[in-house]
Amino acid sequence: MKVAGVDVGAKFVKVVIVDDGNLVSRSSRLMGFEQKESIEEAFKEALEKAGLKKEDLAHVTSTGSGKTEVPFADDEFTEVSAAAKGAVNLIPSARTVIDVGAEEGRAMHTNAEGKVLDFVINERCAAGAGSFTEAMARALEIPLEEIGPLALKSKKSIPMNAQCVVFAESEVVTLVHEKTPKEDIARAIHDAMASRIISMARRLSIEEDVALVGGLANNVGFVESLRRELNMDVKIPEQPEYVPAYGAALAAASRAGGGS
Amino acid sequence: MADKYPTERLKTWNEAKDIRLNYYKDFAEAKEKGGIRWAGGAWAFDAVPAGLGDDVYPLTGEPYGASTAFNREFSDDCLEATEKYGFARDLCSYMRNYWGSILLNKYTFGGEFPKSDFLWTDHICCSHAKWYQVAAELEGDIPFYCVDVAVGPDEEVDENRIEYIVGQLHDGIEWMEEITGRTYDDNRLIEAVKNEFRSTSTWAEICALNKAIPAPLDEKSMYSLYVLGTLMKHSKKVVDFYEKLRDEVKDRVERGIAAVPNERVRVMTDTQPPWAFLRVFRYLEKYGCVSIGSLYTFGLIGLFETKEDGSWGPKTTPMELGVSITNRDEALTELVKWNLAKPEWQHFYSPKYKSDMMIRIAREWKLDGVLLHYNRGCEGLSLGIAENRLALQEAGYPVMIFEGNMGDEREFDEARTVARIDAFMESLDLTKEA
Repeated sequence: MKVAGVDVGAKFVKVVIVDDGNLVSRSSRLMGFEQKESIEEAFKEALEKAGLKKEDLAHVTSTGSGKTEVPFADDEFTEVSAAAKGAVNLIPSARTVIDVGAEEGRAMHTNAEGKVLDFVINERCAAGAGSFTEAMARALEIPLEEIGPLALKSKKSIPMNAQCVVFAESEVVTLVHEKTPKEDIARAIHDAMASRIISMARRLSIEEDVALVGGLANNVGFVESLRRELNMDVKIPEQPEYVPAYGAALAAASRAGGGS
Repeated sequence: MADKYPTERLKTWNEAKDIRLNYYKDFAEAKEKGGIRWAGGAWAFDAVPAGLGDDVYPLTGEPYGASTAFNREFSDDCLEATEKYGFARDLCSYMRNYWGSILLNKYTFGGEFPKSDFLWTDHICCSHAKWYQVAAELEGDIPFYCVDVAVGPDEEVDENRIEYIVGQLHDGIEWMEEITGRTYDDNRLIEAVKNEFRSTSTWAEICALNKAIPAPLDEKSMYSLYVLGTLMKHSKKVVDFYEKLRDEVKDRVERGIAAVPNERVRVMTDTQPPWAFLRVFRYLEKYGCVSIGSLYTFGLIGLFETKEDGSWGPKTTPMELGVSITNRDEALTELVKWNLAKPEWQHFYSPKYKSDMMIRIAREWKLDGVLLHYNRGCEGLSLGIAENRLALQEAGYPVMIFEGNMGDEREFDEARTVARIDAFMESLDLTKEA
């Protein structure tokens, strides 16, 4: 049975098509001002890659902060549940799932089936979300994709105390004026972010294994900081930014009667 | 999803609304009637000023702050006025709405802010005494009396501690006579004290009736009912109303009338809600979820005790126990003992008390989960809330937390709170109605 999961995030829309539990195609688009167009384009591409038509899909489930904006979805699944379900399906030993996207960071405690037992979400602050690294990359005047690898070159830990993106940027500017090497600033940024995320996740009982999903899991600097701060390994599935969409697709399969 | 239970509007609903609105109108028009106005906290010993006469009109600050918060546009004006004056925005948000009304000289219920003849409150939390000290200054040196009640939780209270507070109330009565020029009437005090025992015990009885499945009342509706106790629990009007309401709720239980006709799961909250966003409680109903109340709606006004069968129910009044209340000292002593036993009073001393009471409610009211409000507007009642969360989870109850502010709408993110509710309901295996 063929189903789809559509994750409408703050920055990207991701679509995953699954056939009897196997991933057959995926696609993503930057969320433009015309959200529905971006969603339709990503969906169309995923269908084309799979050689399918919309009618071939038994069920479509949407998730993400824009989940209500998917006109062709049959139902919705919260981003908390979708990330947990997708992550545990890909990493069956995971009992703590950390999902960091552009706008939100969240952590879930799950059971073996990927059902959420408890969860926490960052409050109205971007310091624990992907947009933080974007802002900091701008402040360092480097491309976003370079900030993670740059942090790995640092051997020095510099504390950043600001709890807010705006103030953190001021702190970065101060470090720049003090001629602090860029790699040390990059590490400080990732350490600060990991610290915010972990402090939130510790409101749950962090049970191993810990899985990291969402776009920020592609950032090697952040992953290294997270492992260092947690003092434990963090497992990352392949193409982690698609995991919530995959979780939504698994829910779609389950809801269409095909199990997950 | 078909409704499981019949529902109907509360017959006493409009009467509750009228009592509340008349209360604020009476305060505004007190001078036209030759009466006296006093203001203070809803925790104040409000039965005591009743001894000055039948034309004494109170204004309790917390419900006034909540009513102001509900009016978002005016509340924003009040909050901005306090910030402009120089007060920090992380102070008690009820207090800031109240001060803002003074600074703008605008009353939430229309017209200019009515100036009190005196301020009568107690020191239940760090904010309360300062609240009225500042109010006295802002309004122009209004006489101000604050009772120190920091004598510990009820289980530690002894005769000396009771006497410490009773002594302050005796002094307070002399102070009131001096500043108002009136002769104090002990019979009026005794009547007011007895009214308070009856109204607060009856409110607890009403809350206990909500153990029924389906719940006859939901939390959003309870806010419009419990509030009368926060305005004038010493008043016969409130006693009569609560007794009428109790009879109606009993009848609803007997006939299986539900507040939420599609009730499938039951939750509660803990402390003050974000008053400008009470519609989040209606959102729960889309999932067939009823919030049966909160420790706040139950225990700020209701007085409870452990009954013979081990359940939590209405506290037996001193009158029912045959306690003699025939003079000023006896009335004040019983009033103090009664107030110190108030559930909400306890957890100012330790989050353990709040956890114990919430777990007890969760068990007896047959709950499936708990919503905790990390309320940035009230340090007193939010302190220790993270510990409450752990205790509730340890007792086996799923907990959802949301951040906000009871009286400052700028600190509440409705969309995110709704998203959290969705995730929490999903974790309870609930789906939304189409």
